[in-house]
Amino acid sequence: MSGWRRKDLLDIRSLDAAEITRILDTAEAFKQVGTRDVKKVPALRGRTMVNFFVEPSTRTRTSFELAALRLSADVVNIAATSSSLTKGETLKDTARNLEALHADIIVLRHSAAGASKFLAERLAASVINAGDGAHEHPTQALLDTFTIRDRFKRVAGLHVVIVGDILFSRVARSNIWALTKLGAKVTLVGPSTLVPRAFEEFGVRVERRIEDVLPEADVVNLLRIQHERQKLEYFPGLGEYTNLFGLTKKRAALLKEDCLIMHPGPINRGVEIDSDLADSGRSVILDQVTNGLAVRMAVLYLCAGAQGGTKGDGSQDQVIAAGKEATV
Amino acid sequence: MNKQLPDNNSRETEGSVVILDHEAIRKALRRMAHEILERNESAASLMLVGIPTRGVEIARRLAEMIREIEGVDVGLGTIDVSMHRDDLALRKMPPSVRASHLPGDPTGKVVVLIDDVFFTGRTARAALDALHSFGRPSRVQLAVLVDRGHRELPIRPDYVGKNLPTARTERVMVRLNNVDPNGDSVRIKKS
Repeated sequence: MSGWRRKDLLDIRSLDAAEITRILDTAEAFKQVGTRDVKKVPALRGRTMVNFFVEPSTRTRTSFELAALRLSADVVNIAATSSSLTKGETLKDTARNLEALHADIIVLRHSAAGASKFLAERLAASVINAGDGAHEHPTQALLDTFTIRDRFKRVAGLHVVIVGDILFSRVARSNIWALTKLGAKVTLVGPSTLVPRAFEEFGVRVERRIEDVLPEADVVNLLRIQHERQKLEYFPGLGEYTNLFGLTKKRAALLKEDCLIMHPGPINRGVEIDSDLADSGRSVILDQVTNGLAVRMAVLYLCAGAQGGTKGDGSQDQVIAAGKEATV
Repeated sequence: MNKQLPDNNSRETEGSVVILDHEAIRKALRRMAHEILERNESAASLMLVGIPTRGVEIARRLAEMIREIEGVDVGLGTIDVSMHRDDLALRKMPPSVRASHLPGDPTGKVVVLIDDVFFTGRTARAALDALHSFGRPSRVQLAVLVDRGHRELPIRPDYVGKNLPTARTERVMVRLNNVDPNGDSVRIKKS
């Protein structure tokens, strides 16, 4: 198995299929840790991780926090409103201050695309992108892909349908990259204001009628309709959205029996998805949460577990590849 | 669980000396199986836990031999130690990790950890650490096919297939059917 050489995880776009697979395989191992009596391994003992959420979040932040704690790392949480950014400090200076406190890992969520890359290029610490504007949300796509692979034992050849607000969705973009790199077929469904045809350039199909694609789907991934967008009138109203694109019981009857229903959360019951459907056997929404923890442990371990990054003359790699033949 | 490793083995084993062949390995494991049964009152309380990669295959063989000798099916599992290594921060790249699978709670059981080569003892220490997060065995013992000396911690195996004093710079290579092509062998190669 070739070595992991990145100190950061900024996007899915720059990963190749082998790297994505490595993350998923590593996540399998870490998923098992959650079933132990003592849900902790010392892999990141003594490391410090900072959750730097300039754009707020509870779910993703908590998931990263738990992932780090299970790896025995120390965790500090910084939220935008309480940070010095409100006093006019630049992002770079704030991060440099964190590094001066010997932070080893910075998990950043920011409203500006490219913010994580900006930091990664300037800091020695590992930078993990927890969402940068509408650009990417790599760990979400990785946990979505993990969930699909966990159920179907493969990703290649599956037909994944993503429904909803694609235009503003970093989750959609990261998923499109991950799924296409692993050989899945992707179809996007939504109103033309939120799913422009231009997305076909990414190697995906765009459809307007959800009924047309549901019978062929292996996975339906429902994106959250973001109430905030309503003010800009991308479509007439939530009720209209549900009428045209919501996964109602009637539409769910069109699905294949083993089709998975996914949602990154938090769900708007009755809008993107019928309330009962969200709790049904086909829904893997809660599995996604559990898998998210395992995937984030994998990402933290790979990026920050060893010395990491581009250093190294390769001599240690031989030790690992040859098993216990040289040391240990 | 046991995937075949790629066949770059013939190049790697060039210039090495065979210390144990297929038959010698079989006899050594057979003796170890008898010893494990002799030193533990009840076979039913045993849990054999292999340390990947080759420790898993050895554990499998020992379990089979115990079944032949005593007619008992002992619990068989694998434990990943990579997450518990004491030298992770010193490595250039993160070692591969695998899921562990124990056949139940080890609390109250006699766990026999199994590996192919015992060297510094750090793998065994990591295995003890890993085991600790699963439960509290009543006893932990360590069985290895080869003890090559150069212990760095106050840990020693309870069952040894072959004592093999080596120089630090030499390489001990274990090859096992079901894991490697080209059959069973234990070899030494000067680096």
